[in-house]
Amino acid sequence: MKILVGYKRVVDYNVRIQVKPDGSGVVTDGVKLSANPFDDIALEEALRLREKGVAEEVVVVGIGPADLTAHLRNGLAMGANRAIHVVTGDAVQPLAAARVFQKLIEKEQPGLVILGKQAIDDDANQTGQMLAALWDRPQATFASKVEIADGKATVTREVDAGLEVIETELPAVITTDLRLNEPRFIKLPDIMKAKSKPIDTIEFASLGVEAGAPLKTTHYAAPAKRSKGVMVKDAAELVAALKQKGLL
Amino acid sequence: MSKILVIAEHLDGKLNSSTARAVTAAAAVKPETIDVLVLADSVDAIAAEAARIEGVSRVLTIARAENAHPLAAVLAPQIAKAAAGYSHVFAPSTTFGKDVLPRVAALLGVAQVSDVMSVEGSHSFKRPIYAGNAIITVEADAGSPVVATIRTASWAAAPSGASNAPVEALTINVALPSHTRFVELQSGNSDRPDLQSARKVVSGGRGVGSKENFDIIFKFADKIGAAVGASRAAVDAGYVPSDLQVGQTGKIIAPELYMAIGISGAIQHLTGIKDAGTIVAINKDGEAPIFEIADFGLVGDLFKIIPELESALG
Repeated sequence: MKILVGYKRVVDYNVRIQVKPDGSGVVTDGVKLSANPFDDIALEEALRLREKGVAEEVVVVGIGPADLTAHLRNGLAMGANRAIHVVTGDAVQPLAAARVFQKLIEKEQPGLVILGKQAIDDDANQTGQMLAALWDRPQATFASKVEIADGKATVTREVDAGLEVIETELPAVITTDLRLNEPRFIKLPDIMKAKSKPIDTIEFASLGVEAGAPLKTTHYAAPAKRSKGVMVKDAAELVAALKQKGLL
Repeated sequence: MSKILVIAEHLDGKLNSSTARAVTAAAAVKPETIDVLVLADSVDAIAAEAARIEGVSRVLTIARAENAHPLAAVLAPQIAKAAAGYSHVFAPSTTFGKDVLPRVAALLGVAQVSDVMSVEGSHSFKRPIYAGNAIITVEADAGSPVVATIRTASWAAAPSGASNAPVEALTINVALPSHTRFVELQSGNSDRPDLQSARKVVSGGRGVGSKENFDIIFKFADKIGAAVGASRAAVDAGYVPSDLQVGQTGKIIAPELYMAIGISGAIQHLTGIKDAGTIVAINKDGEAPIFEIADFGLVGDLFKIIPELESALG
């Protein structure tokens, strides 16, 4: 079986984002970029499935500008067999990204697609679900445990009510939650090896993907600040203050 | 004029309060009608609850055995069909809504607006990005249906009781897939208030130190009638199950009172509580970032302070 893994590059999760004063966007010049943390988890899970003999090949897929190649090399260094780079200078929203994956699926015929549950830049949490709909295949979102046997996936999902277990036929789309695994670190020799692994480059325009009517972002703002609070000296003062506000 | 379809979330035959929050957001669009769609195996009790929510015009039901559990692959084609004639489809931005609604949007061929915080116009909404560190205003295409999930913490639940909307059964002819099956739900069921809808929440973090020590948090929460939450650090350390996690990757909540005990206040946690009414921080580290957003801060050892709080409460 072949596994396709979505591998998005985002602003590093440690960066404290600044909104431009004129509301036209967030400051991204010179800001550190990294793999979306949920996508590292997706890749790790695919690699583990290959190590268990469930999959033979793991392919990382990135959509973005020409310099995305360096990011895809990280995925190859982590252990992916090869990479597909869909080249576009434009921002791609979830529906268009799902349509790109749909096109790649027609060609690659994977047994499984693993994506992160959300990207930490747009926080949309949509692409996996949209892809499953377009592909007309099962989806198992927010996965914290995946078992594959007899052509079926048994997936434990992190839902508000607790842990839900579902069973899906394959092929399917799985999206990863934080607790699925701990991604491995990249070792230096693997970085060298990754240099000789293939990266297929496909022009976005050549896929014939309809962008549809994307959402237009008209304004960016910093979140409202909470006003400065007060320090109390002991438990009695705290209880008195909360009682006065009618909270206790 | 807008016509809005709100997808009801429910569990064990009871309507989830997030549905009434989505109705409030729908009302902010000032639509002609707000209909609530209930998909279940047995719909009557849930529909009756939905019919009492103020502002609801009609409750539509689809009762099918396949709808016994909320499987997105099964529900989405029915919702997409039922959405015909509506200008908007809303669902709460809970794990239920996040799972099913993008599938509906893709079937309808439209973009989705995730986590709507405010309604600026019938096709214009505010939503958070970068873990709530920026708020964007987005405009959806005026010529297509708007599909959106509603950030429950940003909206009060529409009041319930006075209304009695008519309930109508829908017949939707659509083949449902059998490739996805429900196996089981392992719930952290408890008698405590539900974390997402509780007026008061007491949360513990890594500072609590162990699973056994967490009892002090549970006992204190029970004493003041609060739900219990936790930071990601406490969940990762195995002190409590993950359904108690508050933060960007857990639950986003807006209780009237939030007490963070032994929680340092990482950005990912603060994202989950920014909309709380009053935030109290108890931490032995006076430099902890949680104090920057707390309305009341108390520096000290939680194992000393909690018993003192309990005795001060009498």
